[in-house]
Amino acid sequence: MKVSDLLNNGFLEITLPDGDREIDGVYIGDLLSWVMGRASQDNAWITIMSNINVIAVATLADTACVILAEDVDLPEDVKAQAEIKDINVLKSPLPIYETAVRLHELLS
Amino acid sequence: MSEPLVFHYEVDGSDFTSAGTASVAVKKSLRQLGLPSEVIRKLSIAMYEGEINMVIHANGGTADVIVTEDHVDIVLKDNGPGIPDVEKAMQEGYSTATAEIHSLGFGAGMGLPNMKRYSDEMSIETELGVGTTIRMRINMA
Repeated sequence: MKVSDLLNNGFLEITLPDGDREIDGVYIGDLLSWVMGRASQDNAWITIMSNINVIAVATLADTACVILAEDVDLPEDVKAQAEIKDINVLKSPLPIYETAVRLHELLS
Repeated sequence: MSEPLVFHYEVDGSDFTSAGTASVAVKKSLRQLGLPSEVIRKLSIAMYEGEINMVIHANGGTADVIVTEDHVDIVLKDNGPGIPDVEKAMQEGYSTATAEIHSLGFGAGMGLPNMKRYSDEMSIETELGVGTTIRMRINMA
């Protein structure tokens, strides 16, 4: 499933510079070093963190997209960095668990 | 590629939000060189953790990346306070980072363990009050 396919399925676009990217699996976490050590390439990464370091971690861990749960917003300067670094960021109004369940339904 | 390629970076210790600049730049350069994506991923994660550590603990430092045909070496050097107990610092979950660092999503005590996890060889030279040099090697195959 492509990242852009999430848009008609309850997920909202924050920025999608690389929306054609395929999602393979899901990782959840807010401690960035933990995420960087364990998220796999092409995962959709669900988090509630929205600071600038999230973009660096998504770049380096090479995740397919960042999904901000709980309706968390992305600050404008962080969004600008995401666009520069080709990082897809979406948001979900649902809590983390329900967001993950929804993704699971869509991916399986 | 017979001559090693060398990339040198200064890691700015004053600005926490700019940590990662060197790792992201290396990642981009190595992609252009056509290195295997798994090697680039390991290298850039290991290097980012090192950069974060230098910003949190050592007021910055330098990062050198040396690319040869069969491996990539990363040398991270700082003039920080040194690591009092390396064995303890290598334990997952052990951290001396402040609450402010935690609020940014770091300080999980995974930095050095991740660097070890993502490199094939790693050595730490550290002296209290003088600084720390970390060398990591990632093999191409």
